[in-house]
Amino acid sequence: MSAPLGKDLLGLEHLSAEQITLILDTAEPLREISERAIKKVPTLRGATVVNLFFEASTRTRISFEFAEKRMSADTVNVATSASSVIKGETLVDTAKNLEAMKIDMVVIRHASSGAARFLAERIESNVINAGDGTHEHPTQGLLDMLTLRRRFGTLAGKRICIVGDVLHSRVARSNIWGLTKLGAEVAVCGPRSLLPTAIAEFGVQVFDRVEQAIEWADALNVLRLQLERMTAGYIPSLREYNRVFGITRERLDRAPRDILIMHPGPMNRGVEIDSEVADGPHSVILDQVTNGVAVRMAVLYLLAGNAPALAEAARKTTADD
Amino acid sequence: MPPAVSHPSPPLHAEGVFVGAAPLSNRMPWTHIPRRMATAPTVVLNARALERTVARMADEIVERADGTEQLVLVGIQRRGVQLADRIAHLITQRENAAVPRGALDITLYRDDLQTVGPRPIVGKTVIPWSIDGKTLCIVDDVLYTGRTIRAALDELADFGRPARIMLAVLVDRGGRELPIHADVVGRTVDVPRGGRVDVFVSELDGRDEVTMVIAGEGT
Amino acid sequence: MTEHRDVLLKGGRLLDPSSNLDGVGDLLIRNGKVEALGGSIGVPDGAEVINCAGQVVSPGFVDVHCHLREPGREDVETILTGARAAAAGGFTAICAMPNTDPVTDNQAAVGFVLKQGRAANAARVYPIGAISIGQQGERLAEFGEMVHAGAVAVSDDGKPVVSAQLMRTALEYARTFGIPVADHCEEPTLAAGGAMHEGFVSARLGLKGIPAEAEEIMAIRDILLARLTGGHVHLCHMSTKGSVELIRWGKERGISVTAEACPHHLSLTDAAVEGYNTNAKMNPPLRTAVDVEAVQQAVKDGTIDVIATDHAPHHNDDKQREFSDAPNGIIGLETALAVNVTWLVKSSIISLGTLIERMACAPARLFGLPGGTLRRGTAADITVFDPDQAWTVDPKAFLTKGRNTPYGGRILHGRVGCTLVDGRIVYTAMG
Repeated sequence: MSAPLGKDLLGLEHLSAEQITLILDTAEPLREISERAIKKVPTLRGATVVNLFFEASTRTRISFEFAEKRMSADTVNVATSASSVIKGETLVDTAKNLEAMKIDMVVIRHASSGAARFLAERIESNVINAGDGTHEHPTQGLLDMLTLRRRFGTLAGKRICIVGDVLHSRVARSNIWGLTKLGAEVAVCGPRSLLPTAIAEFGVQVFDRVEQAIEWADALNVLRLQLERMTAGYIPSLREYNRVFGITRERLDRAPRDILIMHPGPMNRGVEIDSEVADGPHSVILDQVTNGVAVRMAVLYLLAGNAPALAEAARKTTADD
Repeated sequence: MPPAVSHPSPPLHAEGVFVGAAPLSNRMPWTHIPRRMATAPTVVLNARALERTVARMADEIVERADGTEQLVLVGIQRRGVQLADRIAHLITQRENAAVPRGALDITLYRDDLQTVGPRPIVGKTVIPWSIDGKTLCIVDDVLYTGRTIRAALDELADFGRPARIMLAVLVDRGGRELPIHADVVGRTVDVPRGGRVDVFVSELDGRDEVTMVIAGEGT
Repeated sequence: MTEHRDVLLKGGRLLDPSSNLDGVGDLLIRNGKVEALGGSIGVPDGAEVINCAGQVVSPGFVDVHCHLREPGREDVETILTGARAAAAGGFTAICAMPNTDPVTDNQAAVGFVLKQGRAANAARVYPIGAISIGQQGERLAEFGEMVHAGAVAVSDDGKPVVSAQLMRTALEYARTFGIPVADHCEEPTLAAGGAMHEGFVSARLGLKGIPAEAEEIMAIRDILLARLTGGHVHLCHMSTKGSVELIRWGKERGISVTAEACPHHLSLTDAAVEGYNTNAKMNPPLRTAVDVEAVQQAVKDGTIDVIATDHAPHHNDDKQREFSDAPNGIIGLETALAVNVTWLVKSSIISLGTLIERMACAPARLFGLPGGTLRRGTAADITVFDPDQAWTVDPKAFLTKGRNTPYGGRILHGRVGCTLVDGRIVYTAMG
């Protein structure tokens, strides 16, 4: 198929296991490019990519920017407010303007769930979801899976527990979809006020106490706890959250096996995770960052250049060059 | 098995298949396949012949490189890698010197990514040493249009600046679309567009063999 | 009124639950009233004859809950376009909710709505007054003056009445005027920020949900306040299994509670939101299949007394945006009959007679409105419709200015043939 992922990457919920595996398999060899002296390949030369970030994010944007530039694409960053009242332009108009400028690809991060799909339905360019509201963050899910797969060799049968505010987490949702499709066993752990009421329907186990999660898991994906959750009344205080759910060295020492510790970043040191753990031997947090660039390069590569008519006309076998 | 006849130069009135002008500097053995045999896959090199050819290529490479001092081999994914491994092994046996081997995947440097159809799978590139000042020999299984080598040259330029780059291919099937030329050739076979040459290596395919098909089926 | 022409509706199935009538026959209208019905009636001179063979002749439908957007958002709907859309949907009377801009909370505003309604010359328009000034939930509006000017009920719909004390007072005060107090049941702190039903779909889509309990908590509160005060509480757009169970509980105890359900809650589930479809976004939201089934059964057994549309047009620009930012509401006047027939009658959950009871007889009776009957001598507010005719919903063909329907492109059964108000044809699809 000439466009193995379709036109856009909006989420992992509707991708097949084959498609997800293809992205991971493509990301693997691309890691090497970031280790070269000249960290560039000409693959996307001449392609225009707009990073449309309606929500502030330094790390994800930089990661995408590196991925785009290392593929030799031309990058434009647009950082703007999500409120169309403030910026004076609706998402519909933004979409139309991008279309008129003949952009090849758009990477969008937005505060509203469904915004990436909204855009993708209205423009011909490839759309990559860099996080829409609390819905999905597919490239984060993919890089988390790549990190785990590299460490474990396979994801099948591995036990991954997502710890924290699953209710508001797009990272959690993408991880749940991706990991379950590749055969991992997924669990969540957190205060019930921060878990969706329908969590059981996702096919995941639920642990009320983090000690149970640590007993069970091969890896923990520790989510950032936002201050707003306390002010909105979901939990009484960050202090209590750390005491009950924090990933501390003491808790980890009691683990029956070597558990990998992941975190999508940025970390609230001392809240959901202690510095000793974040900087310790079980942490693969920095691997995640490295893998993030490779995964994003893979996604750009697999989405770009889908010109099906030309592909039909110019079929060549790859063996005879 | 049809007779594989070797001639020092292409016969003028052969009742067989030669299409296009013979390469100017060609002094390599030709393979002549009678036309009536041409539509089924035909064996160009069997396992033993392949072994001999690769051994001769290894010697030629060392000869052209004036020894193994600065010599490095870089195999093109996929089967060029296995061939480079064998050649390096043979050179080490002969010359009692280790020859560094790398692998190069040129997918990201292809000039036809927009049109080639299914997104080609990207293979591994492993060049863990500096190539500056080296005598770098690219090893590939089949040389055809030359576009793969063009991509390889571009990619190698991003790694550094060798003193010299040579090209060794197991099969040269003609049909160049770019001014690319191989310094070391295992076997020359003139196959028109629409035909194909396939190289099989035991590490990947379970057997050592080179076959060709002239026309139509199998394309 | 202008002079009336005699009209003879010939050969239709006369179906009027209010007088236990169900049989093929003619109906003669004279001077805007039902003159004779049943059997074969001779054609008077100069009478207009409408051939109703194969169609149902029923009391005109009465919608006790719709939003007409005038005054304030005439770009989205006016009383004129709304009344005409109602007529096209078979409604001979509609009640307009007061959440306009400005709010209909005084006699002058009530008078304005009536005046515009009369000028529309289509379905009758009855204003509903606000419970509180500006619908702010603080001070009672002048029920007496509004009723005197023509209001038929009071409601702060659009918003819940948050204060139990205010709701209590409203129910007590409304007793003087014999009008229902209609409440939009939504516990505001549970529902805050919610964009759809809280369940698996909302969790998957990453949208904040409104749990069923947000509606049920206010429903039982209102039922208990009705018990306390003896007032008539009317619960708007009931959507959950829990709510209908609570209403049943209240009715069993003789509490004066009536309830309505909307066609969309009788046919669609939260799955309709898939793909972030803002035309499936309304408040209360579409619920689960279990809820739909329970509300359907409640319509069948009368726990739900009436079916109302909650017709809520919105401008396309407003609906074409990120799901959580889009306003709540869908149109419904022109699809109500067909949706009800398709999902309730065709699937044998209720009979056509029960449907007419819920769409015409009960609404008129419970809100004290004329109509809802074909009895001799009453005003000829009549709907002629074909329950079997299939048609494809084309939003662009609607008479309402709104296009926000979740049924676009669907094939439904049940089409209005013609609508008469006071014996005058206000809508006809028949050649």
